[in-house]
Amino acid sequence: MTTRRRASRLTSFLVVLPSLLLVGIFVYGFIGRTILSSLTDWGQDPSQALAVSPVTRFVGLDNYRQLFTGLIDGRFRQDLVSTVFFTVFFLAGCLGVGLLLAILIDQKPRGEAIFRAVYLFPFALSFVVTGTIWRWLLQPSGGVNRLPTLVGLPPGEFAWLTSREQVWRFDWNDLPVALAVLLGLALALLAVAELRARRRGRAVGAAVGAAAALAWAALFGRSWAPLPFTELHGFNLAFIGIIVAAVWQMAGYTMALYLAGLSGIPEELREAATVEGATSWQLYTRVILPLLAPITLSAMIVLGHISLKIFDLVFAMAGPDNAYTDVPALLMYITTFRGNQFAKGAAIGTILLVLVALIVIPYLRSQLRREVDR
Amino acid sequence: MSGHPAAGRRWSWRWLLYAVLVLAVAFFVMPVYMMLVTALKEPAAIGLETAWQLPRTWNWGSFAQAWTAFLPKLRNSFVLTISAAAASAMLGSLNGYVFAKWPFPGSRIVFAFILFGMFIPYQAVLIPLFGFIRAIGLYGSIWGLVLVHTVYGLPITTLIFRNYYVEIPDSLIEASELDGAGFFAIYRHVVFPLSLPAFVVVIIWQFTQIWNEFLFAVTLSNPDSQPITVALAQLAGGEAVRWNLPMAGALLAALPTLLVYVVFGRFFVRGLLAGSVKG
Amino acid sequence: MTRRTAFFLVVALVSVLGAATARGQEKLEIFSWWAGDEGPALQALLDRYAAQNPSIAVVNSTVTGGSGVNARAVLKTRMLGGDPPDSFQVHAGQELIGTWVVANRMEDLTSLFKSEGWMNQFPPGLIALLSAKGGIWSVPVNIHRSNVMWYVPANLKKWGVTPPKTWDEFLTTCAALQAQGVKAPLALGENWTVNHLWESVALGVLGPDAWSGLWSGRVRMDDAKVVKVWETFGKVLACTNADASGLSWQQATDRMLKGDSAFNVMGDWAAGYMATTLKLKPGEGFGWAASPGTGGTFMMLSDSFGLPKGVKHHNAAQKWLKLLGSREGQDIFNPLKGSIAARLDSDPAKYNAYLQSAAKDWKVNKVVGSLVHGAVAPESFASQFGTVMEIYLGSKNAQAAASASRAIADQVGLGK
Repeated sequence: MTTRRRASRLTSFLVVLPSLLLVGIFVYGFIGRTILSSLTDWGQDPSQALAVSPVTRFVGLDNYRQLFTGLIDGRFRQDLVSTVFFTVFFLAGCLGVGLLLAILIDQKPRGEAIFRAVYLFPFALSFVVTGTIWRWLLQPSGGVNRLPTLVGLPPGEFAWLTSREQVWRFDWNDLPVALAVLLGLALALLAVAELRARRRGRAVGAAVGAAAALAWAALFGRSWAPLPFTELHGFNLAFIGIIVAAVWQMAGYTMALYLAGLSGIPEELREAATVEGATSWQLYTRVILPLLAPITLSAMIVLGHISLKIFDLVFAMAGPDNAYTDVPALLMYITTFRGNQFAKGAAIGTILLVLVALIVIPYLRSQLRREVDR
Repeated sequence: MSGHPAAGRRWSWRWLLYAVLVLAVAFFVMPVYMMLVTALKEPAAIGLETAWQLPRTWNWGSFAQAWTAFLPKLRNSFVLTISAAAASAMLGSLNGYVFAKWPFPGSRIVFAFILFGMFIPYQAVLIPLFGFIRAIGLYGSIWGLVLVHTVYGLPITTLIFRNYYVEIPDSLIEASELDGAGFFAIYRHVVFPLSLPAFVVVIIWQFTQIWNEFLFAVTLSNPDSQPITVALAQLAGGEAVRWNLPMAGALLAALPTLLVYVVFGRFFVRGLLAGSVKG
Repeated sequence: MTRRTAFFLVVALVSVLGAATARGQEKLEIFSWWAGDEGPALQALLDRYAAQNPSIAVVNSTVTGGSGVNARAVLKTRMLGGDPPDSFQVHAGQELIGTWVVANRMEDLTSLFKSEGWMNQFPPGLIALLSAKGGIWSVPVNIHRSNVMWYVPANLKKWGVTPPKTWDEFLTTCAALQAQGVKAPLALGENWTVNHLWESVALGVLGPDAWSGLWSGRVRMDDAKVVKVWETFGKVLACTNADASGLSWQQATDRMLKGDSAFNVMGDWAAGYMATTLKLKPGEGFGWAASPGTGGTFMMLSDSFGLPKGVKHHNAAQKWLKLLGSREGQDIFNPLKGSIAARLDSDPAKYNAYLQSAAKDWKVNKVVGSLVHGAVAPESFASQFGTVMEIYLGSKNAQAAASASRAIADQVGLGK
């Protein structure tokens, strides 16, 4: 390497230094501050909450304990459950509709460009705009419920965003056992996979973990109840309206991703498959879909992290007061800015961050590692 | 294209294809129809029972009203979006240049460090950010928001530029080096001239993201510096809402990004894919 | 003095004065959530202010959103950001005291009250609610009543019932009406209207002394009496319409007017809606009574304006407060708003039949504060009351709801 190159390494570093510092402060510094705030009681004493220089006490993990097992924070727990359901349906909807549309457009219909443009345009809109429109559309006595009357059928009866129904209910106290069982099963599957890949060490480790989790669930899980009473959680049907609006907005994006992927599949591959006698169905399921797997993964990560932090859409569609469409990000906003509970709001924010990090960090690591190998 | 054997079967599949495509168009366009129709109705004519009917008289007044209400906010949004997009694009370009062509020890870690910032939920930094912006005296000013959006736009712009510059052949860089060019000279004479497509992609992406952003806008602005997303949310948040005004407002608020999308559509799509599909 | 000197002197004087007015073009920024139907009342006040103070430019910053939910969040960021508006609308009582006064952010208005002679013009019960820590913190512009039950007299006659005087009587009346085919005798709307109904039930079951005791810490939230409130509330809910969560409060009132329901418990802004917007005649098109069990008690809420510390236009803000507390100001605002003046000396001729009756009650009834509208409980409690309501609605368990309220009350230090 030339001396010039070596000297320029310093220049490179200096060029990115400002960005590094800015991101360091605005992202990591502030995350640190938020985590620190979440360990205090800022907001509990009204005389300090909004004072010019508040005095707070250190309370450790008490805010988190309250959020997960405290009597009055059932709303947060339901929000977590709602987020999980919302994420699953939102991903399924976007991936499903996006893939379907991409495959359809891949058949090269006439007016392809117009179809593509129509499916993609909602993505250019703000969540607030989308929320405003769909709020009007989903008014229980109008909008979508009136659609059937256009063809002579009676109007729809579903309460959409104002629905109070909840399905698939389970008790929060059953959750630790359920999670332990799931973890045990996942580790067991991992052990089997590692065994197949001839990695004995890792297989044994995973197997031990699986056994521990399942044993704990069987022996101790039953007697450890986070809450002293039954608290039911489930899927709020009011979310259906939000899911529809969110899929409307993001399905086009997923479609664009899949279209890019489909165009990257060489013609020869398709022709080879057809020559071998594959029907269209087999062509898609055996050849094309597996090749689209990396795109599915990318889309899941991007959509997943959007759905975990969703705020604008719910705020615009259902307002901050609808407990049935509440999500953690919205709860954080009202806990902080309405209830003046700054520390608890910070705790909710931190939990959100941990959830996002859980899916994003492994993905980033695998992406970057793959790049180095290349 | 995989050929289908019988012409008859091909025709029925094609019909089904078009039927589904048109149904999908109806699903996607229906809200826009509703938005237009409601915005054009007289306030008294807006009823839940008659929601789908075309307006009897076309009332352009809502647009006029929304326009006057939104004009100062539109100005705010434009100033904010263009400044922050330009700043984050410039910085992102330099960063991407470094990570793509001039790595230093640990640059991969630094890159990941910056990239993670793209994914954080903004709620996790909202309160300290608020305190910081207030402490440096930028609360309520549009420039506070510009700073915020520039910094939080750095990860995605860096990513897009870096992916773009990786495609530039190393031989081109090395040839310049042999001619005696250094870090900045190569950027000015070789890389920057080639960057136009990336700049277009980045500025369009950032324009859309910043124009549509709500959380920071609602927390860090005051009535003077409010962008248009906040104004719209407050318009629609009233009690006995006359829906013609929020609908007209939503259309106006969406117009700039839609225009960008229509005119620069191809680059828009490329911007989407930049962060997600590693080529 | 030569003519030239005089000329220059005049020019100098004029330019100085001109510069003074140009530079001293003072501003007044008013922050409120009054828009839509309530806008004209505020505008009338602002117009009067402008007429009295032509050199002050008035900026009307409104943040829409029912009952100020959005406005309060925006206000918070502005106050925390060191950019307070010159005066802001806030519910009189704990909503202001428990949030801003305890944090030492508001100016004490006792001297203003004394200099304007207001200590005798407002009922002592009201001044007590406005006071804390030895000071008085906001100027009440209007008074609304929370515990009112509305009905259509002709409909009641048709069904052969009279407005019930207690909640037990209400339940009997409800059964009688249901037997006649009125499926939901009590019209109800979305979230906060449910809380609103609750406080009428609570006041009716507890009585004014125990109600006030809840907020001073004398009566615990999980006391047997309070559990009884929740139980009664559950029975009352059985008389309401199933589609409540999709209705705004106006739509619930419409339900009662149409005859689908017999009664509607709502604050007396409903009178403004019915009289002004729907042009019904008070007493004929609609009738009113105190909510069951609350006769002789006036559960009040009041919109008021305070003076934050460190505002930019202190002088202009003080003039605003003086106008608000004056007889003239209150009699301009309240007839348009559909509320009664907080002052005891308002001119009855300016008000409609309902408001005159309310004003009479205001003078003689026992005054207690509303929970839902920010008079008796600080935000830290009131904003979490929704959670308690959700717990109750989900489980219909009165004990659970009472325990949850107790837990929240303990957490926020209610009554300390």
